[in-house]
Amino acid sequence: MARPPLSIAKFRYVFSGWWLVWAGFHIILMMYFGFSLQVAALDSVVMNLQLLGACWLISNLFRYYLPQKERYWNILFICLGLSGLIVLACKGILTAIMENEPLYLSFLSKSWGIRFGVAFLLIGCMAILSILWYTLEEEQQNLQRKTDAERLAKEAELFKLRQQLQPHFLFNSLNSISALVGSQPEQARKMIQQLSDFLRGSIKKEEQQWTKLEDELQSLQLYLEIEKVRFGYRLTTTIEKEEVCNEMKLPPMLLQPIVENAIKFGLYDTTEAVAIRISATSQNNHLQIVVQNPFDKETSYPRQGTGFGLNSVKRRLYLLFARNDLLETRTDENLFITTVKIPQSI
Amino acid sequence: MKAIIIDDEPLARSIVKEYLTAYPQIEIIRECNDGFEGIKAIQQHEPDLIFLDIQMPKINGFEMLELIEEPPAVIFTTAYDEYAIKAFESHAVDYLLKPFSRERFDKAIQNWLDQHSSGNSKTNTQELLETVAQSPAQHQRVVVKIAGKIKIIPVEEINFLEAADDYVKIHTKEGSFLKNKTMAYFDQVLDTQIFVRTHRSYILNVQQITRIDPYEKDNHIAILKSGGKVPVSKTGYARLKTVLGM
Repeated sequence: MARPPLSIAKFRYVFSGWWLVWAGFHIILMMYFGFSLQVAALDSVVMNLQLLGACWLISNLFRYYLPQKERYWNILFICLGLSGLIVLACKGILTAIMENEPLYLSFLSKSWGIRFGVAFLLIGCMAILSILWYTLEEEQQNLQRKTDAERLAKEAELFKLRQQLQPHFLFNSLNSISALVGSQPEQARKMIQQLSDFLRGSIKKEEQQWTKLEDELQSLQLYLEIEKVRFGYRLTTTIEKEEVCNEMKLPPMLLQPIVENAIKFGLYDTTEAVAIRISATSQNNHLQIVVQNPFDKETSYPRQGTGFGLNSVKRRLYLLFARNDLLETRTDENLFITTVKIPQSI
Repeated sequence: MKAIIIDDEPLARSIVKEYLTAYPQIEIIRECNDGFEGIKAIQQHEPDLIFLDIQMPKINGFEMLELIEEPPAVIFTTAYDEYAIKAFESHAVDYLLKPFSRERFDKAIQNWLDQHSSGNSKTNTQELLETVAQSPAQHQRVVVKIAGKIKIIPVEEINFLEAADDYVKIHTKEGSFLKNKTMAYFDQVLDTQIFVRTHRSYILNVQQITRIDPYEKDNHIAILKSGGKVPVSKTGYARLKTVLGM
């Protein structure tokens, strides 16, 4: 439920201040008509206290009952009714306590119209302000609910994307181990060890939103060792990084699909030894990681959407940073170059 | 009997080889690294059976099969592909989930041998491929063969498709290519927000339209950025209007 406006200290001060000024103005006006300070003050206090009460009531009333557009007439009736009641009450009270002031009583009997008008205007103003307040408040709550729902959906999708990277790689590695068990049992044991270390690292990371580049590169190294066994090619890898990048943050397991992509496409297009180069630099408050692999222009074709992870990397980056320009691929002679930028200071 | 193993990982091929030593009647005549090699080897050797991995670079296992006129019997091997597995099951195609045991492998071979001896060993590849084509990952591109070479066309580069007897002619800015599929197939597979069946014989990429002119009674004609013209029938025009939000 929305907060009433007068539950906020600032508005309470403004509200009280306004009534003090208004009551003062009332007294001055009465004295201008020739009444004594005492009479003027009494008149002002009796009338304005009731108006204040009515306005306070109105500001709380709409908390429980906010008329819809087609019911705005109800507000008018409420304001008219309240004003009428106040004028009647003033009449009763003021005639009773001022019965010795005939001059005042005749003034009073002539001022009902103007009093009713003033009361209606003040209460009406308060009603409009309150409706505005509660409508805005309601809208804000709706917006909050919507963003909460969106955030939850986003988190769920991100979690899924983080996990998606696993099964394909995992089962293929197990298959390689299965093949090695017969022919090279020592190698098989070593690969089980590497795979376990890699999995341990990634299970730990799955919980985290961000990881340090140093840690990410470490598990990437493990991953590369496994890939070297899996593909059995002369695969060489170089990792270069600027010292400042070590502490920079990136989403965990982001680089793995990019490197897997580089390895697969690099390996297939050449029969020579394949060198994959990974370099990390710091640029304008972004962590920039470049992955290079050789490829053959003759058999090249657009690589997006080949099912090897680049799309899911792009999607992850979009969900995290709402940007589509963080992953870029280009070719340079016989090199395929993938560039990822990760904004820092998050 | 001749068999070919098509898999991108040497170790994955070696395990199939190892298990196959128990079947001296099956001879492995080739091992292939990817789908390109696979197509060549199949055409050259006409094997009785292929072991085919799905996730491979260049073109995947399904795309490779699409390009072969009369594919041999297939035992699929895959690590993890939810959608493909569903397709295999609905078409009773044999598949091996990596890593697979010798028992499971023997069962697959035995099944094939039984079918082979009864003269019924061809898998119903065509239907399988149609099911697989509905998976989201397959919508991104179309693979065609032209003058013995393989060409991969990303769907966004397609201007329009035109029916041509038993084929569909795919028009792109680099020219047009034939694919042995039906219009109904593409109508179902392509993203309906981008590709609209504007006519019995035409499917149009709406992002390529520059304007639509009236043409004879009830009909229209769409003018493309490439300068091409595509007929739009009455019902096609209604479809086009919904997609374009007119």
